[in-house]
Amino acid sequence: MSLQTPLHRVEGLGSAKAGTGEFWRQRVTAVALVPLSIWFVWSALALVGGNQDNALAFFGNPTNAVLMLLFLIAGLYHMSIGVQIVIEDYVHQPLLKITCIILTRFFALAVGVATAFALLKIAFEPLT
Amino acid sequence: MAASITHRATGMALAAGTLLLAWWVIAAATGSDAYETFQHVANQPLGQVVLFSFLWSLSFHLLNGIRHLFWDLGYGFAVKTAFATGVLVFLLSLALAVSVFWMGYMARGT
Repeated sequence: MSLQTPLHRVEGLGSAKAGTGEFWRQRVTAVALVPLSIWFVWSALALVGGNQDNALAFFGNPTNAVLMLLFLIAGLYHMSIGVQIVIEDYVHQPLLKITCIILTRFFALAVGVATAFALLKIAFEPLT
Repeated sequence: MAASITHRATGMALAAGTLLLAWWVIAAATGSDAYETFQHVANQPLGQVVLFSFLWSLSFHLLNGIRHLFWDLGYGFAVKTAFATGVLVFLLSLALAVSVFWMGYMARGT
């Protein structure tokens, strides 16, 4: 039994940092990903068995290129929040934990920028 | 309970799967040789197993994610309901993945 006030017991433990911000963004990206992932599977299915020309024609369409970019951004953002939560639950050694979280962010950015660059290259390249 | 850990596992699988997505789009931007290499690997038995796993992971994570969103809105918390929707998510995700994979298989064959 301690006579310390509840406020004093949590003082000095540090701030809640991002607080509920990430919780909210996880839900916003989740809602966006419901229609986007259905669209993605449906579109990918139409390209099965096709060749590179079919893929170029598909991504060359501005609507498809924009939807694909949105799917990519929402998906990778959702992924980096989700993977960070998993890391925070299972990796407790501070240095290892922060290293894993930073690597997750690097991974999301690298995959996102590389794929977005490829999409834009297709979108802005005139079809021959 | 089983759905909770499966949600995490499929989420991690999808995180790794973003590399496949990147490979596919980058191959399309690179050239016909790179695109054919991707297709060749995807058509191998192991490639098909990986693609099906990706598809089922996406189906499960999508359906169970919708279940989570309903929980966030305050619906479906009764033990009976939560159990039933959990079983439903497992069954529907499998049915969805199998049907989409089968459609892809048919498209590839023709």
